[in-house]
Amino acid sequence: MEAILGFLGSNIEIFYFVILSIFVGIEVIGRVPTVLHTPLMSGANAIHGVVVVGAIIVMLDVEPTNYGALALGFIAVVLGTLNVVGGFVVTDRMLDMFKKKK
Amino acid sequence: MINNILEIAYLIASVTFVIGLKMMSNPKSARKGNLIAAGGMLIAIVGTIFLYQNEHVVTSREPIKMGLIFFGIGLGTVIGWMTAKKVQMTKMPELVSMFNGMGGACAAMIGLMEFQHNVGNTGPQIAVILGMIIGSVSFSGSVVAFLKLNGTMAKPIRLPSYNILNTIILIGVLAYGGYMIFSGTDNSILLYVLFAAALFYGIMFVIPIGGADMPVVISLLNSFTGLAAAFGGFLYGNKVMLTGGILVGSAGTLLTIVMCKAMNRPLWNVIFGAFGESNVAAGSSTMTGSIKDITISDAATLLNYSKKVIIVPGYGLAVAQAQHVIHELENILEERGVEVKYAIHPVAGRMPGHMNVLLAESNVDYGKLVEMEEINPEFSSTDVVLVVGANDVVNPAAKTDPSSPIYGMPILDVENAQHILVNKRSMNAGYAGIENELFYNPKTSMLFGDAKNVLTKLVAEIKSM
Repeated sequence: MEAILGFLGSNIEIFYFVILSIFVGIEVIGRVPTVLHTPLMSGANAIHGVVVVGAIIVMLDVEPTNYGALALGFIAVVLGTLNVVGGFVVTDRMLDMFKKKK
Repeated sequence: MINNILEIAYLIASVTFVIGLKMMSNPKSARKGNLIAAGGMLIAIVGTIFLYQNEHVVTSREPIKMGLIFFGIGLGTVIGWMTAKKVQMTKMPELVSMFNGMGGACAAMIGLMEFQHNVGNTGPQIAVILGMIIGSVSFSGSVVAFLKLNGTMAKPIRLPSYNILNTIILIGVLAYGGYMIFSGTDNSILLYVLFAAALFYGIMFVIPIGGADMPVVISLLNSFTGLAAAFGGFLYGNKVMLTGGILVGSAGTLLTIVMCKAMNRPLWNVIFGAFGESNVAAGSSTMTGSIKDITISDAATLLNYSKKVIIVPGYGLAVAQAQHVIHELENILEERGVEVKYAIHPVAGRMPGHMNVLLAESNVDYGKLVEMEEINPEFSSTDVVLVVGANDVVNPAAKTDPSSPIYGMPILDVENAQHILVNKRSMNAGYAGIENELFYNPKTSMLFGDAKNVLTKLVAEIKSM
């Protein structure tokens, strides 16, 4: 319990940050028209691909001789990149269709 | 110095995510918004590769590591780019689900690798374990959702009392995770068992849910992956992962709720399921009257000599790839002086907005796509409603039959029109598995057959008139 309280206390800025971000997330898509739900979901999907940054960090911190971890990290980087690139490209394709109209 | 530059890069990226999402909620700026967010992502990734320094261990950039990172990014980019460019627009929901699963898997693997580094370090270990559990659930759940959407796993599979079973599994997984965190164990085998258990829970979570509810599930899993990414950010004190993850987590949750609202069903009802349990028997016995067929030429005449036609597209249209021919039908009718509009139900297709994307693909004028609230009063002044591959969204049972599972869902009031033409492949029930009394309405005529096939014939027939 003490460990948890201590952890909360020493990371309090992060908790502020988290809570405010939650409100930003809700506010930002508050009045989105139904038409855009699918592209928006797809765009949000691409953004959580930011997890690939974590995969890169793991790779950078790992011992260069730890081949198991390198392999695992490599797969994580591939998967994360797929999420980012696929997500943004597919969203762009969807939105491109709307743009052609007047 | 270097760290400060990276922090600023992360700050810029975080701001682009917020601006990008904001712009994506307006049709005019949406595309630019997506590109802005993508640009921010690029900054974050490149910045991390070249500038990241860990304060505690020495971060090194040996050629083997850099090579693997670049190769991995290259590989992911090529595969992701090609898949996203190649896939048909009707397969969009599957694809989003798949990419979401990849992100979840990535988060899970980060958890697997970071576990050993944080043994005995309760705070960070909470982030590691929770990130791994949520990522795994999101991954295996997305795979099941993908299989359900592409038809491999069409029927919901329900074990007896699956709700209780799933709750027990969930509590089990969480308790196990709690043990891993607080016991300070460094046993990797236990970690992999937890990983497997979380994957298993993801499968069990999605498997009982019907295909019609998959969009909601995908949206929910989407926010899960966001949460998993945020836990990663927590672990590394990485601000861009935190903002990105939490934004998606909260925006995704809100989107999920909005979608449920469009179907007039609370979220718990989707997850714990009501569809398909008691409804089939309730419907079929109460149907009275008969089904009336109509020939193509009669239907063509009807359409040709009407003043106003409203088309109600549904998933059947998407499956048959009939979005181009329906546009052709619209054009030829307009040439003959018929006013044509499309009525878009919020949950038509497999995802909210799915129909708009599809029809936009075949160059249908954006202004002709009318949302439900706006078009409903217009049905009474409409000569012919053409329902193509839609079923549940025009089922009057949603208004009249309290025992129906879709009771309370807002529907398109097509029965107010003079004539109703329904194109369907067969008399099978719709996605929700319930009978539709609209087909027995005296005003309704049925055009059986594949949507593309029927519409093509219809266009040819009208052209010859």
